[in-house]
Amino acid sequence: MNRLKQAVTDFGWPRIIIFLFVVALFIGAPFVKVRVDSSFTDVFNRFGQNAVLVLALVPMVQAGCGLNFGLPVGIIAGLLGSTLAMEFGLVGWAGFLGAIGLSLPFAVAFGFAYGLLLNKVKGEEMTIAMYVGFSIVTFFAILWLLLPYSSPNMVWGYAGKGLRTTITLEGYWGLILNDFLALRIGENFRFPTGMILFVILLTVLVGFFFRSKTGTAMTAVGSNPDFARAGGVSADRMRLTSVILSTVIGAVGILVYQQSFGFIQIYNAPLFMAFPAVAALLIGGASVNKASMLNVIVGTFLFQSILTMTPSVINSILQTDMSEVIRILISNGMILYALTRKTKVTK
Amino acid sequence: MSNESPLWGFEGITKDFYGTAVLKDVSFTLGRGRILGLVGENGAGKTTLMSVLFGMPVISETGGFSGTVKLDGQAVSFRTPFDALDAGIGMVHQEFSLIPGFTTTENIVLNRESVKPNPAVEVFGERMSVLDRPKMRARAESAIGRLGVKLDPDMLVSEMPVGHKQFTEIAREINRDNVRLLVLDEPTAVLTESEAEVLLAALRNLAAQGISIIFISHRLHEVLSVCDRIVTLRDGRVVKDTDAAGVTVADVASWMVGRDVDDAGRKGAARDLPGAALEVENLWVDMPGETVRNVSFSVREGEIFGIGGLAGQGKLGIPNGIMGLYPAGGTVRLHGQAVTLDAPRAALDAGMAFVSEDRRGVGLLLDESLDWNIAFTAMQIKGEYLKTYLGGLVRLRDEKAMKALTEEYVKLLDIKCTGPKQKAKELSGGNQQKICLAKAFALRPSVLFVSEPTRGIDVGAKALVLDNLRHYNRDFGTTIVMASSELEELRSICDRVAIVDEGRIAGILPPGAPLSEFGLLMAGQKVSEEVQP
Repeated sequence: MNRLKQAVTDFGWPRIIIFLFVVALFIGAPFVKVRVDSSFTDVFNRFGQNAVLVLALVPMVQAGCGLNFGLPVGIIAGLLGSTLAMEFGLVGWAGFLGAIGLSLPFAVAFGFAYGLLLNKVKGEEMTIAMYVGFSIVTFFAILWLLLPYSSPNMVWGYAGKGLRTTITLEGYWGLILNDFLALRIGENFRFPTGMILFVILLTVLVGFFFRSKTGTAMTAVGSNPDFARAGGVSADRMRLTSVILSTVIGAVGILVYQQSFGFIQIYNAPLFMAFPAVAALLIGGASVNKASMLNVIVGTFLFQSILTMTPSVINSILQTDMSEVIRILISNGMILYALTRKTKVTK
Repeated sequence: MSNESPLWGFEGITKDFYGTAVLKDVSFTLGRGRILGLVGENGAGKTTLMSVLFGMPVISETGGFSGTVKLDGQAVSFRTPFDALDAGIGMVHQEFSLIPGFTTTENIVLNRESVKPNPAVEVFGERMSVLDRPKMRARAESAIGRLGVKLDPDMLVSEMPVGHKQFTEIAREINRDNVRLLVLDEPTAVLTESEAEVLLAALRNLAAQGISIIFISHRLHEVLSVCDRIVTLRDGRVVKDTDAAGVTVADVASWMVGRDVDDAGRKGAARDLPGAALEVENLWVDMPGETVRNVSFSVREGEIFGIGGLAGQGKLGIPNGIMGLYPAGGTVRLHGQAVTLDAPRAALDAGMAFVSEDRRGVGLLLDESLDWNIAFTAMQIKGEYLKTYLGGLVRLRDEKAMKALTEEYVKLLDIKCTGPKQKAKELSGGNQQKICLAKAFALRPSVLFVSEPTRGIDVGAKALVLDNLRHYNRDFGTTIVMASSELEELRSICDRVAIVDEGRIAGILPPGAPLSEFGLLMAGQKVSEEVQP
């Protein structure tokens, strides 16, 4: 009994309650004619789509830079990579891997500048990060119009220049991870094996990184910068490294998201992408200074399940099409809840 | 005057914090218009005694005290500082509690301003009344006049020299009509000598007007020159309560540090040690509150070198500066090799290690497990406790080796914990200190700096920590530089003890030197002949 109690405390009541709620939604779904198998497909798709973006928050949390509300910095790097890969006419695996390759230099450069800035505003990282995110997205909204892209699949048809707001990946690398080794059961269930494997691969890599010397130093900086300094570790350098890493993973994250979603969304689309990721991580049980791979997996799964199930179930109950309104309501409600739950470490 | 009945009396004051006795049966009296000097080392109980007098909440929150405080023969007990203020006790703190943007006058009459009624008062009550500035100014001037010093009533506190700030605080305390006792805690610590002179004259002036004064200071010659009576506290007891007449600074100094002056703790005679391990020349360190101005010394190979002195004089700045934690300059040579200052990494790479006095702030990763805490620095500096995978391509934490290391030190230092995976914040102070030692030992340094190794830990743990240091020194020949406020501790394990005063080394003594000599050095009196072992 005691061990059970301990296990429950370790896992955390909020997660148990949310988990029970998700289970209840799945049980209730058939009664309001929502198909469970297609719901599961949605949940797995959304999980894979978002997990890497959530993972991208971890390095900065561990290094004590707080929750990366500046995730759009990495997303912009990813968008540059994917649009350039399309411009160069790369398709299939070459397209996806090319997009990753092309976005990396941008992600490193942006991350470096972003990290330098965050090192100058210690203690206020999260607020500053949010506005860095807003700024870079709006700045690039101008650039998307001005940069000399010419691929007919991407530019506005009538003017022949400037990128469209959404660009389809069909014929390039849409669903390339999702379809890799995809498992089809029955008519409505598809398991996106490739994408899930890719997520696991990245999670394991990041997990190993945090077991390396640098990763250990990074965690110590987040836990107590003075301790790290007294131990001969430069807190500023570790923080900078963590921001670059966060930005790079963010860039890869958006590429995974795109291939599953099927479209590249530019202009204002990246503006609010940081919030669901942050909410998922916090719901997963992370604090502002500590996050683990388990937090990422559990948080993304719970957050995305609720986000998938609640609108469709409520929609069917109410017999109206309010799914988008409900989705926004639920997602922001969860973010609000998660942000009130954030906990700090002992000082 | 001794036949006059005492105004204030303390009788049998006893107070403990969580079982640690800080005041034991303290009794003394103070007559009207007399100045009483209260002296004692850091931690002798002076501050606690004043908290008892003032009814500070910290006293009642920790279980109150026993004994009585008497005023005019009547037992009084103050539950809050406001009661104490009403009874006519004024306190001048070490830190200035003044509002920088207000003038002298405004600070002196703060919260007791003279006010003029106006029609709004009738409607909205007292809070709407208007300040009567001419009257306030007159009151401030009269308080300044009573002090007998020159202060501009219209000057902003932020523009004042420190001496004037101190006078403003005193003026504020005596501005109240009923003030009968003034407590001054280290009032001259921040003053120059000439300012201190003026302050002492002002105190005599006040005493002549019938105000009793308790004067707490480490500057013993000031205590002697101004006080009528001197009460010396040591380890929470009154060890001496005497008239000031005929007492010398050396007397007071030896009462303060006294203890049982037999040299029981001394281990063996002076050791014959080879050449210098660490040479420090003209070191300055900009550590807030512990500024080091100009320090030169050399530590022999295998020696335990003590650095003592009163709080705030700079003894802690020396190890912190050499280890690169605070901006520092000067020359530091380790085995003849110059060490780069201002860079913790360079100091660690050179083979030095540091146990910080700020255990929770710098010494520990409170949220991490013990094995992390112990192995971290060794991992970062020496690349130990890492395991190689994929032919040297990746190196990951070797959890097993870290666990073994931690278990070894848990056993060696007798650390009370549930295992290597327990969080550091869950340990008691003494065990946390042992973790800090283990962290430094794991580096196998050639010179180990230890700063306040026994601060805030209980007596048993203290002895263990000191024993461990001594063993480490004897077994591995590690040179240890130990800074501590506890002179007795330094004298018990060090080969030589340097006393730091105002950022400079006042003198270096062998541990067996008479206590009065240590006391004199601490009181800022240079001893001309330096002792070499």
